[in-house]
Amino acid sequence: MAVCVAVIAKENYPLYIRSVPTESELKFHYMVHTSLDVVDEKISAMGKALVDQRELYLGLLYPTEDYKVYGYVTNSKVKFVMVVDSSNTALRDNEIRSMFRKLHNSYTDVMCNPFYNPGDRIQSRAFDSMVTSMMVQVC
Amino acid sequence: MEGLTLSDAEQKYYSDLFSYCDIESTKKVSANGRVLELFRAAQLPNDVVLQIMQLCGAKRLGYFGRSQFYIALKLVAVAQSGFPLRVESINTVKDLPLPRFVASKNEQESRHAASYSSDSENQGSYSGVIPPPPGRGQVKKGSISHDTVQPRTSADQQEPASPVVSPQQSPPASPHTWRKHSRHPSGGNSERPLAGPGPFWAPFGEAQSGSSAGDAVWSGHSPPPPQENWVSFADTPPTSTLLTMHPASVQDQTTVRTVASATTANEIRRQSSSYDDPWKITDEQRQYYVNQFKTIQPDLNGFIPGSAAKEFFTKSKLPILELSHIWELSDFDKDGALTLDEFCAAFHLVVARKNGYDLPEKLPESLMPKLIDLEDSADVGDQPGEVGYSGSPAEAPPSKSPSMPSLNQTWPELNQSSEDTAIVHPVPIRMTPSKIHMQEMELKRTGSDHANPTSPLLVKTSDLSEENKINSSVKFASGNTVADGYSSSDSFTSDPEQIGNNVTRQRSHSGTSPDNTAPPPPPPRPQPSHSRSSSLDMNRTFSVTTGQQQAGVVAQPPAVPPRPQPSQAPGPVVHRPVDADGLITHTSTSPQQIPEQPNFADFSQFEVFAASNVNEEQDDEAEKHPEVLPVEKASDPASSLRVAKTDSKMEEKTAASAPANVSKGTTPLAPPPKPVRRRLKSEDELRPEVDEHTQKTGVLAAVLASQPSIPRSVGKDKKAIQASIRRNKETNTVLARLNSELQQQLKDVLEERISLEVQLEQLRPFSHL
Repeated sequence: MAVCVAVIAKENYPLYIRSVPTESELKFHYMVHTSLDVVDEKISAMGKALVDQRELYLGLLYPTEDYKVYGYVTNSKVKFVMVVDSSNTALRDNEIRSMFRKLHNSYTDVMCNPFYNPGDRIQSRAFDSMVTSMMVQVC
Repeated sequence: MEGLTLSDAEQKYYSDLFSYCDIESTKKVSANGRVLELFRAAQLPNDVVLQIMQLCGAKRLGYFGRSQFYIALKLVAVAQSGFPLRVESINTVKDLPLPRFVASKNEQESRHAASYSSDSENQGSYSGVIPPPPGRGQVKKGSISHDTVQPRTSADQQEPASPVVSPQQSPPASPHTWRKHSRHPSGGNSERPLAGPGPFWAPFGEAQSGSSAGDAVWSGHSPPPPQENWVSFADTPPTSTLLTMHPASVQDQTTVRTVASATTANEIRRQSSSYDDPWKITDEQRQYYVNQFKTIQPDLNGFIPGSAAKEFFTKSKLPILELSHIWELSDFDKDGALTLDEFCAAFHLVVARKNGYDLPEKLPESLMPKLIDLEDSADVGDQPGEVGYSGSPAEAPPSKSPSMPSLNQTWPELNQSSEDTAIVHPVPIRMTPSKIHMQEMELKRTGSDHANPTSPLLVKTSDLSEENKINSSVKFASGNTVADGYSSSDSFTSDPEQIGNNVTRQRSHSGTSPDNTAPPPPPPRPQPSHSRSSSLDMNRTFSVTTGQQQAGVVAQPPAVPPRPQPSQAPGPVVHRPVDADGLITHTSTSPQQIPEQPNFADFSQFEVFAASNVNEEQDDEAEKHPEVLPVEKASDPASSLRVAKTDSKMEEKTAASAPANVSKGTTPLAPPPKPVRRRLKSEDELRPEVDEHTQKTGVLAAVLASQPSIPRSVGKDKKAIQASIRRNKETNTVLARLNSELQQQLKDVLEERISLEVQLEQLRPFSHL
């Protein structure tokens, strides 16, 4: 279960960022921000070849003491960043992948909406509900 | 909402007020605007107004639906009469005077009146206009005292007409705004609310008072009352058309009032009537939508591209966010284009939204795209909000591929998750629980099938446990190939399926099953204790069986010990020892011993011989066999519980051949010992715990091997008989010991399995999929 989910546009500004409400939500924002460097690094490293050959799922970007940050980038350079709690050891790579897959699908649906201007913040309720479903359920 | 009983006069009054406030005829009134003005004009303190707004539920809903509005008005009356504001007071306070609203701004009134009369014929958009006469209520009810209203009485006379006229104008005129278009089909909709465009124009000085605080909690729910009103609108076009006929009868307020009351009565009826489907599209509406569709896309089976739809719906002047949400709801297959059904659903949602209905979170069932005729669209009224649409697969318009968005999304997941599961190779893991399940299933099954439930069950139990540990799936495969003389080879192959199915079914009850049966969840972690190196065998086995089941689903456990054949062959107890021996030898078979399968037959014959030999003994010996049975059967798993199937097969075969072999003599006796020894050797390669069993098996084999030497003529040599009795007793004790040990192992394994299952459940993340 993710603690924070963020969708970053190609120009590296956030299209959507949502965290589990804690007192230090800003920390998650910072983590996502710093992870962008790692994402770019991975993209550039892999992207020398054809973009198609590049794996969309980037994997663990970097771990911190409490959290792990995973990354996923689409072919249009839209990045999904997910912060998960390190204590949640049951989360395996496959599950992270599936979560990113769902994110990607929902993002595609948002894109398909003609009323959505690419570059706007994502305000889709469906997207919100999907992200909520994969966030840690804070009681 | 609390039941609100209104007198007729009140009803008319309130409906007029509501219509006045409902400037956009969206059937719901936002807190901003006329409502606030109205409440301000009620000359109540701001906190009272706030309280009223809270009580009527508008705060909760985010807007004033008709019922909320009515309740609010009633509360205003209550407050104005000096009664405490309570929810119950709306109904309990009798003879409440109609709420009074004091016009606060004359300019506004005059402006309203002027613009209203001027626009009476020209009701373009309601947003700017609606300046109904202040004294409207007075005109209608006569009980309201408006200081500033009275001078307007004359204007009031016209005003009733103008509101009546305006609705007429707007929808049919279909001029400028798209909104009119949308309202046209729901002509009754727009006409109805405007029927009595609020008597309180005047009081609507400024809008925003503290009641703007009520805006705080606007949340989008879809309350029943507005929906009911919506339904009523849909049903009252005829009555509203009456209203439209009244432009001439300006003075005929009575008529208007009558009509208004009729519609009001309709409303009341609607509100009190059973819960109709508010999202049902009437035929009239449907026809209108279709016409609109044609203007964009002549081909009714074609699509409206997203951009065209965007332009079209933008004309509705709904906020982009809401339009976006409507799009998400209505674009069923998420392809960025609208089919006719999707378009109608979207249109309907827009109309509903404009009339005050909240957008649902999920597409109501009646709006789901359907492959039905226009006439049928109205019949699909089901409970709203019931998203689980069963008919959708059948519906997709011919030009579109019917796939629900959820399906679109789940398919890739399914595929990939199955890939994942395939990659992770859950098969070997599942073996264990499945085996245990199979074991349980077998226990249940065999318990009912066999006259002697204990021994086969025991044997199977131990077999299964052994197989769990050893995972000799190849045995299973090899068992399959052991078709020599085994008629049930076909049934053998069918058995795994059957067993696999059974296992699958049973497994669904276990904690591990969800991992196996549901594609999305990743496969469970390999259980270290059961990761025998014989995974290769497993692979081979599963490559055999994958064709029978889909990947990712529980693969059939190789060594399921079903006993269909045993049930078919009602072997007497006597056969059990034969089976036991056969099992022993078979279980000890390793993958490399496939060529030795013929030996199985021999051995079975040997077993049969031994059994028959024993049979020929006196009954007491026969009685011993039941004892030996469990022991022997226990020893079977002891040796190697690989292919319980093979074992069972062997059992069957032995059982079947036992009667046939009873008469046979010592011929098979010689060969069997050798295979036994070889198997024993292979067993030595197995786990240490098997070794001891091997030893026991060896002992048993030795014992059994010694038996052939006993002359068959039973009654002839008492000594021989006694010797055999002694030997059998020894064998019995040995096997009993073996049995107990194996039982213990079984318990351990089961406990382990349970603990692993619990662990798995704990580790399983939230079902985010």
